[in-house]
Amino acid sequence: MMKHESIETNAGLLIVLTLFVISIGGLVEIVPLFYINDTVEEVKTAEGHDAVRPYTPLEQAGRDIYIREGCYLCHSQMIRPFRDEALRYGHYSLAAESKYGHPFQWGSKRTGPDLARVGDKYSNDWHVQHLKAPRSVVPESIMPNYPWLLENDLKYSGIAENLKALKMTGVPYSLSQEEYDANVARFGAEVADTLDINNAEANLMAQAAKGNFDGNPNRLTEMDALVAYLQVLGTMVDFNQYDESYFVNFR
Amino acid sequence: MSETSKQAVQTTGHAWDGDLQEYNNPLPKWWVWTFYATVVFSIVYWVLFPAWPVGKGFTTGFKEITYKTSSGQEVTTHWNTRALLAEEIQMGAEGVKQREYLEKITSSSYEEILSDPDKMAFVRSMGKVMFADNCAACHGSGGNGVMTLYPNLVDDAWLWGGEIDDIYNTLVHGRKGYMPAFTETFNGEQANDVAAYVLSLSGIEGDAESIKRGDVIFNGQEGGCYYCHTHKGTGMKSLGSANLTDKIWTIADVPGVEGYDAKQAAIKSVIMNGVSREMPAWEGRLSDSTIKMLTVYVYSLGGGN
Repeated sequence: MMKHESIETNAGLLIVLTLFVISIGGLVEIVPLFYINDTVEEVKTAEGHDAVRPYTPLEQAGRDIYIREGCYLCHSQMIRPFRDEALRYGHYSLAAESKYGHPFQWGSKRTGPDLARVGDKYSNDWHVQHLKAPRSVVPESIMPNYPWLLENDLKYSGIAENLKALKMTGVPYSLSQEEYDANVARFGAEVADTLDINNAEANLMAQAAKGNFDGNPNRLTEMDALVAYLQVLGTMVDFNQYDESYFVNFR
Repeated sequence: MSETSKQAVQTTGHAWDGDLQEYNNPLPKWWVWTFYATVVFSIVYWVLFPAWPVGKGFTTGFKEITYKTSSGQEVTTHWNTRALLAEEIQMGAEGVKQREYLEKITSSSYEEILSDPDKMAFVRSMGKVMFADNCAACHGSGGNGVMTLYPNLVDDAWLWGGEIDDIYNTLVHGRKGYMPAFTETFNGEQANDVAAYVLSLSGIEGDAESIKRGDVIFNGQEGGCYYCHTHKGTGMKSLGSANLTDKIWTIADVPGVEGYDAKQAAIKSVIMNGVSREMPAWEGRLSDSTIKMLTVYVYSLGGGN
């Protein structure tokens, strides 16, 4: 029989057993979420496609800039199910809405406001002006200026590799015809086209040219990508389509 | 192993390095019992609330919440934060009171709201918060806008109209303000002339010859400015084109710069670069009653008619 003394006098055994004991708490809370059926809600568009789609190449590039600039240090992307948050930010965030975010941007520190539903809330022009010089539009803001976003050309040569890496984590970007067809069935042809890794660069440039997010049609800047990303946040699910109890049933 | 000695405090019975011993000081009773109490609490918690994962589901607990679906059906479900939120919004004291007021706003005409101090008090307090959350990013927390970028809501100039119905339409559908850039139409001289003419419309006089030439361009086919700004320069509400005669400037920062040349340059820059602005549509994002309430709030900020 193992005596307490033999554990205390054997550093290796003590470490192993300590790790085992303290990991129980985490494992019990986290592991079941991977196999409980209701963890991620099923949300569809009116046409019956998956409402939440992976980010387009441009949005994904913008997301990388969001992370590079450390926006998450002050901004969360997680509206909690409280009345005050519902009144201020809109419908609480669904697990489904961040299922393609690697790493997710939920956060728990709000020096600035939550951004989970900032998409479509303000105009592109406002975002450009606000990112360049926040205090020129919101005098009481303490956000730093990000003028270089307008000056830096967007480096997008690695976007296909970037999407391939995400594909390995389970995000359904497509490489083969088979995967593309599966995406057409799941998201519709229009979305499936944007998820094709083989056309990632062309798709990125097409979306930037069409959206002209930074207000300068002649250049593709980091601002284009970041604003494209901000403008899609929280806009994929049409909550008017669902009764509130639909989402309650997942918990 | 240890040498038992008759000490006041007992030792744990271990000895290291021959004679190193450890006193056995048990935890205080209150601490131990508090610990047992937390164990009992957790068992009660498991029974009442969602707790243990089982297969593809979890134990839901016996505590229940009843709330109404949007079709008015009562649903009772196990306790969870989403149902709790639904219940709080529907039956919580603040939620009920706020909804009562919002229903009053929805069922009243604008005249009734504006003449009722009780309803207006609600519009001012909730409107202030909703304005801060949604509108202040562009229009400023006091509604005074940002010169050259976003319209001032407390002055007398309304590009899209300052009547209640105009404000409501602006909120619901959003607006797209557009003026083409004339950089390929005008040379620098012509743009200066038009700018001089525009300044003269609000009583800032410059070179008479230049103004005359600007008048011809503005009101002729070459510039065609009058299509949107009218021959008088008063603008059109339906297009959101600015009134150039009211001495109120929102896009060209005329009052903010000193000297005639600088004022002329400010207007020239707008003529050459054009204007492209967008106010987002709030339908769908905000409820209809909230939009109506905000309409009254913006109207009551005191700007214009």
